[in-house]
Amino acid sequence: MAVAARSIHGTRRLKLQVFRTVVFVAAAVFFLVPIGAMVEFSTRGNSGQRTLEYWKEILAYPDMVQAIVASLELAAITSVVMLVLLVPTMVWVRLKLPRLSRIVEFVCLLPLTIPAIVLVVGLFPMYIWLGTNVSDSILTLALAYVVLVLPYCYRALDAGLGGIDVKTLSEAARSLGANWLDVMWRIIVPNISNAILNATLLSVALVLGEYTIANNLLYNNLQVELVHLGRANAGVSIAVAVASLLFAFVLLVVLAFIGARPRRMHRDPVAMLASPAVSSQK
Amino acid sequence: MTDRSGVEVRLENLVRRYGTVTALDGLSLTLAPGELVALLGPSGCGKTTALRLLAGLEEADGGRIVIAGNDVTGLPANRRNIGMVFQAYSLFPHMVAWENVAFGLQMRHVSAVERKKRALDMLDLVGLARFANRYASQMSGGQQQRVALARALAIQPQVLLLDEPLSALDAKVRSRLRDEIRRVQLEVGITTLFVTHDQEEALAIADRVGVMQSGKLEQLGPPTLVYSRPATPFVADFVGLTNRMQGTVRGGSVEVRGTSIPLVQPDVSDGPAIALIRPEAVSIDGNGGTDEGPLVGTVIAVAFLGAVSRVTVDLGDTTVLAQLPTSSASQHPAGTRVRLALRTDPVLIQREEPAPTAS
Ligand SMILES: Nc1ncnc2c1ncn2[C@@H]1O[C@H](COP(=O)(O)OP(=O)(O)OP(=O)(O)O)[C@@H](O)[C@H]1O
Ligand SMILES: [Mg+2]
Repeated sequence: MAVAARSIHGTRRLKLQVFRTVVFVAAAVFFLVPIGAMVEFSTRGNSGQRTLEYWKEILAYPDMVQAIVASLELAAITSVVMLVLLVPTMVWVRLKLPRLSRIVEFVCLLPLTIPAIVLVVGLFPMYIWLGTNVSDSILTLALAYVVLVLPYCYRALDAGLGGIDVKTLSEAARSLGANWLDVMWRIIVPNISNAILNATLLSVALVLGEYTIANNLLYNNLQVELVHLGRANAGVSIAVAVASLLFAFVLLVVLAFIGARPRRMHRDPVAMLASPAVSSQK
Repeated sequence: MTDRSGVEVRLENLVRRYGTVTALDGLSLTLAPGELVALLGPSGCGKTTALRLLAGLEEADGGRIVIAGNDVTGLPANRRNIGMVFQAYSLFPHMVAWENVAFGLQMRHVSAVERKKRALDMLDLVGLARFANRYASQMSGGQQQRVALARALAIQPQVLLLDEPLSALDAKVRSRLRDEIRRVQLEVGITTLFVTHDQEEALAIADRVGVMQSGKLEQLGPPTLVYSRPATPFVADFVGLTNRMQGTVRGGSVEVRGTSIPLVQPDVSDGPAIALIRPEAVSIDGNGGTDEGPLVGTVIAVAFLGAVSRVTVDLGDTTVLAQLPTSSASQHPAGTRVRLALRTDPVLIQREEPAPTAS
């Protein structure tokens, strides 16, 4: 009896293992082949030999370097503004105005349903005004980008807040003498750090890959510059594209590490051993 | 450890409305220094609301809250110095037990060394010193609530509030933890308001029990008094089991099935009424045999509760619960005829629906 049950269990586990491997390999092929092709193309010399010529040439295009810096700055500003706007608002709505949660959700998801090109039409007059009255810096694009990333970040943060009892935790903290800033900073944020990380990653990725709005509002960000350069020098433009992918990848890994570290360091290994059921929770 | 005498807490005429619902309808309640008062009442009667108002988590629409002589009605929760244990598990998931307990001290800018020491002391007080480095997810529900109690007490609050802290726990843990809470409360000497809808819990640990209905206090008194001398029919009904028996009021006492029982409030007019009689005031006088009589009937069920048993007797037109020692109840198994006797302790009466068919 027990042996038969175990072997059935074993077969099932094996099948699952095979299935997992197949899916993993398929996904890896799907993602890696294009990137491999790009790497191959950007390192192909005129007579077929390997060369890093195109990669070295990136620095020979000052506009490109400028665009990279601008896009990185935009990514950082957008993420920060998004978090500062969204996290307190969402917490507040959960605590004090639960009736508004539907409306807030609707508003936050709205940009998803509006094509970027339509957004541009709406944003254009505003940016003309901004350009003449406030600043014509490319960094003003962050305003548009905050709107752009709103739906994705809302979803990510909503999932995080849904995973904790925001009301009880913040009321407990309040009764222990915490002001709202303490509640936010010491109680809510540490408990949704994963969601915050996800939201940040999403907005960084979106901003680094954004083309339509920047191009139509006549700003040269990374993607716009890539397209320009692609016309002049395809090799360099592909090299930059690969570089930006690699950069995004490294950024994700680094951020994921930052997010994961503090909790692990706190864990008490003895207690973990004593209750193994819990260790699989997170 | 922290020898402090408690402070007086006064709720005066508190009103709280949610839209059209009046959750608190002029609640007044005074807690003596160091006293543990249990608020008891059916679901939705406003117990939690009263607690949240006192904690400052909710604003009053009317009335005053006075703690140790200071009016705190308008003070936000974080400036009230009140410890609270919630019904839902409320430990901060990203902190281990001692960090949870130390959080309130951190908010009060106690030095890191000092607050760790005091947190460990508090954990010791609730018997969880060994669990100082555990996360909430690594503790049982009862342990989490004990840490929550330690956390609430660590800030040396003036008042301790407990909102059904045991309701998520199983029966055995409940009664142990409830005694534990009482022990700690007496040790610290803190004025405490304990909300529950479990009457046994309330009667077991409180100095005084307050029974609430529809946002008002129906009765406030020592457990024995609330049980034996309920002020209103609602209290009689809600606290403990009650037989409702038809009777007739005549000259300050009520006659129920041939037995005259004095009234708690004798100044009522004569006429038909329902007498509220506790099961333990009903005893079995002997075998009924083939007798007829107003108090002779057939045992239809015997519920064994340990040392006592509860016997249900069918008297023809009504059934009556009697509670007696198991040894005597076992002489009257279901199906036997018995003669009941009513003890002549003062009873409450109810005047609703004077049934026309009453004999
Ligand atoms: N935030 C709220 N919004 C609207 N109505 C509320 C709110 N909180 C409480 N109420 C209403 O106020 C009344 C009292 O609620 P309260 O939570 O104080 O009851 P309770 O005595 O604690 O009940 P329970 O034993 O079920 O916890 C109820 O009718 C409830 O529906
Ligand atoms: Mg309640």
